[in-house]
Amino acid sequence: MNNSNLAKDIKTIEFDALIIGGGGSGMRTSLELAKSGLKTAVVSKVFPTRSHTVSAQGGITCAIGSADPDDDWRWHMYDTVKGADFIGDQDAIEYLCSEGPKAVFELEHMGLPFSRFENGRIYQRPFGGQSKDYGKGGQAARTCAAADRTGHALLHTLYQNNIKEGTNFLNEWFAVDIVKNSKNEVTGVIAFSIEYGELAYLKSQATVMATGGAGRIYASTTNALINTGDGLAMALRAGFPAQDMEMWQFHPTGIYGAGSLVTEGCRGEGGYLVNKDGERFMERYAPNVKDLAGRDVVARSMVLEILEGRGCGENKDHIFLKLDHLGADVLNAKLPGICELSKTFAHVDPIYEPIPVVPTCHYMMGGTPTNIHGQAFNRVNNVDSIVPGLFAAGEAACVSVHGANRLGGNSLLDLVVFGRATGMHIQQELKSGGGVESATKDDIEASLQRLNHLNESSSGYETAPVKKELQECMQNYFGVFRRGEFMEKGLKELDEIREKVNNLHLKDKSNAFNTSRVEAIELQNLFEVAEATAIAAFSRNESRGAHARDDFPERDDDNWLCHSLYDPISKTISKRDVNFSPSQVEAFPPVVRTY
Amino acid sequence: MSSNTLEVSMYRYNPEQDKFPYMKKYSIEKPARDIMVLDLLHLLKESDDSISYRRSCREGVCGSDGMNINGKNGLACITPISSVIKKDKIELRPLPGLPVIRDLVVDMTQFYAQYEKIKPFLQNDTTAPEQERLQSPEDRAKLDGLYECILCACCSTSCPSFWWNPDKFVGPAALLQAYRFLADTRDLETQNRLEELSDPFSVYRCHGIMNCVSACPKSLNPNKAIGEIKSMLLSNKKQVITSDGVR
Repeated sequence: MNNSNLAKDIKTIEFDALIIGGGGSGMRTSLELAKSGLKTAVVSKVFPTRSHTVSAQGGITCAIGSADPDDDWRWHMYDTVKGADFIGDQDAIEYLCSEGPKAVFELEHMGLPFSRFENGRIYQRPFGGQSKDYGKGGQAARTCAAADRTGHALLHTLYQNNIKEGTNFLNEWFAVDIVKNSKNEVTGVIAFSIEYGELAYLKSQATVMATGGAGRIYASTTNALINTGDGLAMALRAGFPAQDMEMWQFHPTGIYGAGSLVTEGCRGEGGYLVNKDGERFMERYAPNVKDLAGRDVVARSMVLEILEGRGCGENKDHIFLKLDHLGADVLNAKLPGICELSKTFAHVDPIYEPIPVVPTCHYMMGGTPTNIHGQAFNRVNNVDSIVPGLFAAGEAACVSVHGANRLGGNSLLDLVVFGRATGMHIQQELKSGGGVESATKDDIEASLQRLNHLNESSSGYETAPVKKELQECMQNYFGVFRRGEFMEKGLKELDEIREKVNNLHLKDKSNAFNTSRVEAIELQNLFEVAEATAIAAFSRNESRGAHARDDFPERDDDNWLCHSLYDPISKTISKRDVNFSPSQVEAFPPVVRTY
Repeated sequence: MSSNTLEVSMYRYNPEQDKFPYMKKYSIEKPARDIMVLDLLHLLKESDDSISYRRSCREGVCGSDGMNINGKNGLACITPISSVIKKDKIELRPLPGLPVIRDLVVDMTQFYAQYEKIKPFLQNDTTAPEQERLQSPEDRAKLDGLYECILCACCSTSCPSFWWNPDKFVGPAALLQAYRFLADTRDLETQNRLEELSDPFSVYRCHGIMNCVSACPKSLNPNKAIGEIKSMLLSNKKQVITSDGVR
């Protein structure tokens, strides 16, 4: 590419369907499409098995009836609705839980090396927020696992099967911005090859954002360095909304200092949290299920312990996760990856010592709003209006099955169920003659602007310090606990950071594997996501799920039993109704959420 | 030089600017606490943003940041600098034997091609049951130490046989995966898989020098897997002869 690129000079590569992102949801979508004969490509900024799905540990939650033959997807649905603090869409949750077993068995047939019970069926372990019989039958064990490397096993299995089906991969290609036609339909993206700097317009009838989360908006996160919300940011810049952006999950057990995830499966297998006095404090906060309460509940309890002076260590600023009582055999068999991670990053061997942990940003419940077919929508005159050509799946999307708080093990299920659904829908739509009109040279030019501005920069701000500033701001003002006056300060800081983010200086203009260019664009993407988060968090005047307001400590169903919808053009929040109309069961009405 | 300084010597090459690669020296203050080599790279990149390397998960599961650290292949993100410093010096080079794209970034096309060649996917054409295919815990245990591979290429790029014949010798990483599917009781293509590996190069270029084992950051043992494949090839050969009636 040049410093200034014109639409007439860049090449167009045409596809029927384009999937941005090579993680679990992207590769499940592509797998469905590869079999269909449509010309499909996956555009991934990293080789697909380097995607963040690989870090998922504990498992994939699904009522396959292995640990308990009487298990029922409706119980899973009830748990998910409750876990979401009642703002998950019940039609989507119903689809997730009822279609789930099919999607999980498919993975097994593809070769995923699940751990096994003695009878040869898939191993399932207990996870937080799981119950039998609609909360009345005690703890369930519903999370299917491949030791504590389920994400790795799942991602590699999907990549392997994409090889089998001959999927086209544009590996180490970076998507910059969406291209829209005059009818506000999405017709593909501008992207470049990271390896050689070749710039192209990737034209497509269906563009799927499967770009995962954006945990890197926070200073402390379990997320990979590549989790910069690229797809969501592209959609926001193109003027499309984001839903429930105030809802960020802080995982109770990130390794203190390093941020690496320690799976909830540790507590599922019998581990528990203790404060400096060695007290198992979750017995006070969640007397029934203790350490296996919802993640938001456990994370807040930990922060309260620390704030009240009962944290562990010299600075009393973390909590201990105790596993040694489980014994070496269980730990080596069920949690080998955790033993390895703890030794590397916390310098402790969990067979003998507790792991120092602290709540750490983990998952974005919000995202580009879609229906259960992955179709993204906009709001026009307070009515959902499908955006032709634009789709989203996985963490980048907000279907919404996780509402205000995701249950452990539900993200991997989300990836495969909705990746599959999106692929099936696109197939149907394109084969029945659907599609979008071509974009003009001017349309393409418009989408090149941001990249050109960065490439042409001869002065301005450096990426790394501005990124740190952004992450500190989000960590300080929009973390586990939030308060109006602090968030106002944070919003002011964000205004200043916006100025810098728009004026980054790209010193290195070379084309071969220029990671500085990639990191500058990623920072701009992070900013879009951070700003949406901040404005949504400041707007929701209640506490629900992961969104905990000091100044509004109660849930307010009269005013806020709804989604928040962020409009990137006016930078305002509007409310959108939650779906309470599942088709096969009665809706679960909101009740007080206790564990 | 004071002992508070760390000298990093890094392989640098930008094809648009440099006729030849060169080693560049960076001096930085020793970090107060032990950090990973990847953190060290981040620090260096903050002052010289032209440095290029791959990274993603930063916890040793994605396999992006394989590189040669003081002469030994490893993952930058899980290698503490304390474990590699020699006389206050660290030398960083790209993985050996593959073409360099820029700095510490190598072209892995050949490595991935070998992986694809072994058909790294479960093959079982029988009608799948409505639920999962059953597998006993004992049979599933046969996959332990095999399926965990992260495709970082630390093993294959430490193997002289792979350096010599990257197009014909499958290499330790892909052979580990070949055995992962040979060992899977659910896979039914054992015979074809073995036949595709039976030429003089694919497997037999391994001479068991075990560089792969010492390089693997996940403590896997490709050498052992290759040994298992060789045994299977041998007994398979006998079978073929027997079934032909030739003794």
